[in-house]
Amino acid sequence: MNLRRRKKDLTFWERIYIPEIIKGLALTLRTMFKPKFTVEYPEVKFIPPASYRGRPVLVMEENGKERCVACGLCARVCPPLAIEVQAAETQDEKERYPVKFEINMIRCIFCGFCEEVCPEEAIVMSKDYELSFSSREEALYGKDKLLTPIKQVQDRIDFLRHYK
Amino acid sequence: MTILQLIAFTAVKILVIFTMMMLTVSYLVYFERKISAWAQNRLGPNRVGWFGLLQPFADVFKLALKEDIVPTNANKTIHTLAPMIALFVAFTTYAVIPFGPDVTMFGITVPLVVADVNIGILYVLALSSLGVYAITLAGWSSGSKYSLLGGIRSSAQMISYEISMGFSVGGVLLFAGSLRPVAIVQAQQGWMWNAVLQPIGFITFLVSAFAETNRLPFDLPEAEPELVGGFHTEYSSMKFAGFFLAEYANMIIASALIVTLYLGGWQFPYIESFGLPAGLVAIIQVLTFLVKIAFLLFFFIWVRWSIPRFRYDQLMNLGWKVMFPLSLINIIWVACLIMIFNL
Ligand code: SF4
Ligand code: SF4
Repeated sequence: MNLRRRKKDLTFWERIYIPEIIKGLALTLRTMFKPKFTVEYPEVKFIPPASYRGRPVLVMEENGKERCVACGLCARVCPPLAIEVQAAETQDEKERYPVKFEINMIRCIFCGFCEEVCPEEAIVMSKDYELSFSSREEALYGKDKLLTPIKQVQDRIDFLRHYK
Repeated sequence: MTILQLIAFTAVKILVIFTMMMLTVSYLVYFERKISAWAQNRLGPNRVGWFGLLQPFADVFKLALKEDIVPTNANKTIHTLAPMIALFVAFTTYAVIPFGPDVTMFGITVPLVVADVNIGILYVLALSSLGVYAITLAGWSSGSKYSLLGGIRSSAQMISYEISMGFSVGGVLLFAGSLRPVAIVQAQQGWMWNAVLQPIGFITFLVSAFAETNRLPFDLPEAEPELVGGFHTEYSSMKFAGFFLAEYANMIIASALIVTLYLGGWQFPYIESFGLPAGLVAIIQVLTFLVKIAFLLFFFIWVRWSIPRFRYDQLMNLGWKVMFPLSLINIIWVACLIMIFNL
C-alpha cells in the first residue's frame, strides 16, 4: 500500500505551529537586513533596457533631417488615431517628407505598432517615460519635440533589428 | 505625604505618561511602516524630515484635514462615541502599570506608577474587555454590513480569548499572591521571571494579547480582503485616527502588561549586587522597563509581517480547543510548583 505523506497531513511539530512560526520569523528577520530594491526615483532615475516602450520619437539622421518618408502607415495603424502626418515633396533622394508630424500624447497607448509598421525605421519607441502636461495643447507633440538624433535611439534600433 | 503633594505628583505622572504614550504611538506607526518596508526589501518612509522622522506629524495633518464622513443610515451619536470609547479605554488602562521602583525625591517617596491599587490586574482586564464595546458599537452604528460583521467577529474573538487570558493571569497571581501589579513585579526577583517559571502560561498570554489587540495574525475584525476595513470601514478623518491611535496604544499596553506579568517588569536581574547609588539604579530600572517594552513592540510588528491571518474557524478552534486547555494546564503546573518548592 502506498503510504506517501500528503502535503496537507501535518506532522506533530508542524501541528503545534511554534517551530514553524519561529522559522517564518527568522526568514523575515533575515530579509530585514538584506539590500533594498527601492530606486529613489526623482533623485535616481530608472534607465530602462532597450526593450522598453517609452514615448515614440522620430529618428533624425546625421544631416539633421528626419528619416520619415510620410507614407502614413503609422497614422493608419495607430489604434487610437494619435498620429497625424502631412506629406510634401522634397529635392532629396527620398522625394517625400512630412511637413507636419504630430503625435497626440494624450491618445498614445504606447503599443509600438507605429514602430513595427514603419518601412523606414523612422519612428521608434524611446526610453522617455516622464511625460506630463498641464493642457491638451501641450500634449500635441510636433516635429520639434519628436525629432531625436539617431545616436540616442541606436540601441532600440539594434534591438528591433535583432528581435522584430 | 500631604494630599496636595499627592495630587501634584499624580498630575505630573499622568502628564508624563500621556505625552510619552502619544509620542510612542505616533512613532510606533512610523516604525510599523519602516519595519514592514524592511521585511519586504523596501526603504519605507524617508521623505518627510531626516530619515522620514517627521512622517507621523505629516500623517496626523493629513488625517485632520480630511473630510469627516458619516453614513446616512448610521446612528450618529454612537458613531461618534465609539472612537472616543476606544481612545479612553486605551489611555486609562496604563494607570496601574508600574514603570519603575519607588524613588525618593526631596525627601518624599514616590512610587513610579500612577495608581498603586490593589485590584490593578482586575482593572486592566475589565478595561480591556470594555475596549471591545468600542469596536462592536462602531460596527453596529455604521449601518454597513461589513462593519457589522467586523464588530461581531471582534466580540466573538474577545470572548474566546479573554478566558485563556484570564486563566494565564491566574498562574501569575498564584505566585505573587496579590492582584497589585507592583507586588507582581516584586515577586519576580532575579531570574524568577514568570516567563521562565511558566512558559506555557507566557505563550498563551502572548497569543491572547495578540488576539486582544486585534493584531495580525488575529486581525479578523478588520480583515481587509474580506471585510473592506471591518469595523472602521465607515470611519474617516479624526474618528478613524482615533481607532488607529487606540490600536497602537493597546499594543503598548499589551506589551507593558506582558512585561509586568511575565518579564519581571522594571527589574534588572541582580542589580543590587553591583552596589550602584540608588538614583542610578532607579534610572537603569526605568530604562530596563522601556527596553523590554520596545522589544515586545518590535515583536508585535515583526509577527505582523511574518504570519498570515487565521481563518475564522481556525481562530475559534485555536481559542477554545488549544489555548483554553493549555492555560488550565498552566494553572495546574504552577500549583504543582508551589506545592513542591514551597514558593
Ligand atoms: S505607440 Fe501606438 S498609440 Fe502610440 S503613436 Fe504609436 S501606434 Fe499610436
Ligand atoms: S510609417 Fe514611418 S515613414 Fe511612414 S509616415 Fe510613419 S514614420 Fe514616416
